[in-house]
Amino acid sequence: MTRHEVVTPVPGVFYRRSDPQSAPFKSDGDEVRDGDTIAVVEIMKNFQAVESDAAGRLVEFLVENEDAVSAGQPVAVIEVDG
Amino acid sequence: MRRVLIANRGEIAVRIIRAARDLGVETVAVHSTADAGALHVQLADEAVEIGPPPATRSYLDVAAMIDAARATGADAVHPGYGFLAEREDFARACEDAGLGFVGPSAQHIALMGDKATARETARRAGVPTIPGSQAPVSGPDEATTVAEEVGYPVAVKAAGGGGGRGIRIVDDEAALRHDLPLAAQEAGRAFGDSRVYIERFIAPARHVEVQVLGDGARAIHLYERDCSLQRRRQKVIEETPAPGLPAATREAMCAAAVALCDAVGYRSAGTVEFLVDAAATSFFFMEMNTRIQVEHPITEIACGVDLIAEQLRIAAGEPLELAQDAIVPRGCAMELRLTAEDPERDFQPSPGTVTAVSLPAGPWVRVDTWVQPGTVVPPFYDSLLGKIVVWGEDRDRAIARGRRALRELSVEGVTTSAAMLGAVLDAPWFTGGELHTGALEEWLKATPV
Repeated sequence: MTRHEVVTPVPGVFYRRSDPQSAPFKSDGDEVRDGDTIAVVEIMKNFQAVESDAAGRLVEFLVENEDAVSAGQPVAVIEVDG
Repeated sequence: MRRVLIANRGEIAVRIIRAARDLGVETVAVHSTADAGALHVQLADEAVEIGPPPATRSYLDVAAMIDAARATGADAVHPGYGFLAEREDFARACEDAGLGFVGPSAQHIALMGDKATARETARRAGVPTIPGSQAPVSGPDEATTVAEEVGYPVAVKAAGGGGGRGIRIVDDEAALRHDLPLAAQEAGRAFGDSRVYIERFIAPARHVEVQVLGDGARAIHLYERDCSLQRRRQKVIEETPAPGLPAATREAMCAAAVALCDAVGYRSAGTVEFLVDAAATSFFFMEMNTRIQVEHPITEIACGVDLIAEQLRIAAGEPLELAQDAIVPRGCAMELRLTAEDPERDFQPSPGTVTAVSLPAGPWVRVDTWVQPGTVVPPFYDSLLGKIVVWGEDRDRAIARGRRALRELSVEGVTTSAAMLGAVLDAPWFTGGELHTGALEEWLKATPV
């Protein structure tokens, strides 16, 4: 098992759900496939998906919902299979 | 009014500071930690940090704004546009705290913020509204009856929506019956209000709006602005007068805007937005914005009126001094919105630090901006860097000045939309005045910048 950090490609405000009424994209312990959206980042009123670039199990998020993030900042940890 | 707190950031905060200073009113800036070095913070008499970068914890924090106003001894609050400008609860919080709100009453913000109520108010004031249900529809049977009357295609709109959000276009009864519950569900999720109403869908259409000023007892108009040039429902270039608008349409539209203000006793600056059909002979009320608009400078240049100063005077309790017949617009004024977006990469946002900037100047060129060398353009807010406003004796000469201004403009460190603006000013359909709300997007699709 190796730990893989997913980074946000853009800076902005970090959201774990698509809108306040929806369920989070992913929760701790969820299975994650390569390319799954795990969060969105609001940059200048546009929303850009943060996609996992590995498959495995989501261990934890490293930033809180609605926190400011910078480009390249790790936002989640994935335990990669094998 | 002795001291005004500006509950905003960016170019509009700078613009308000200047108007206040012209009137001898002291200014208080507020800023998030991301804007600590911004121009409005430097220019104001005093500045208060109100929270971390996300707007919900700073520029949208009502309690933080009221606390900042109290702590700095401000006696009035100017909300600018966006953020808290059209929030009834903010206007009320200011009123409750004994602060003068530079805008209309909380009651009028609420009235115009509810699309169905606003429409009904306009209809009763004799303002043409788009044919459709007078109120939110009760269900699919009422919706289809209304749609048969006004004719397909129809738009299903959220009563609590606005700014182009919460709209579905349907072509026939089957589509309407299918989409109606989905539209209601979406509206409930997005706006906390699942009521929807039905209107005839008018396309192609132009977006023409009328600037108004009222003091509660009397209202005047300051003519129109054509805001048809939009991308993703964001205005890109605005101009006054609206090209090719028949005089009779203009006169009726401006009179309708004033009638609406008179009907409610409107107090402050406002904008009444209309949809104009392709022939430019019919116009329909869309909504009223109860705030200053981004594109207000073109009206200021054409009419010779400082709209922000008028807002401040009215908020201070002074009666409107301007007479309707004193408003005589001259020539053509045009605004080019410069944004931190990359037109070559599908308008990808481009935050960053401005390393160098050279702004256009000279006769009949005005630049409202907050950008200077070293300005940090944060990713957290809108992408507007500034507005290049030009005037000409006629439309052709205004366009020529726009081209000259863009040639002098250079911004380094962030990518801007300047290349796209220049290409639009050269496009034959634009110089020919063939404007409608889909024109820019259709052209961008066919002509990559």
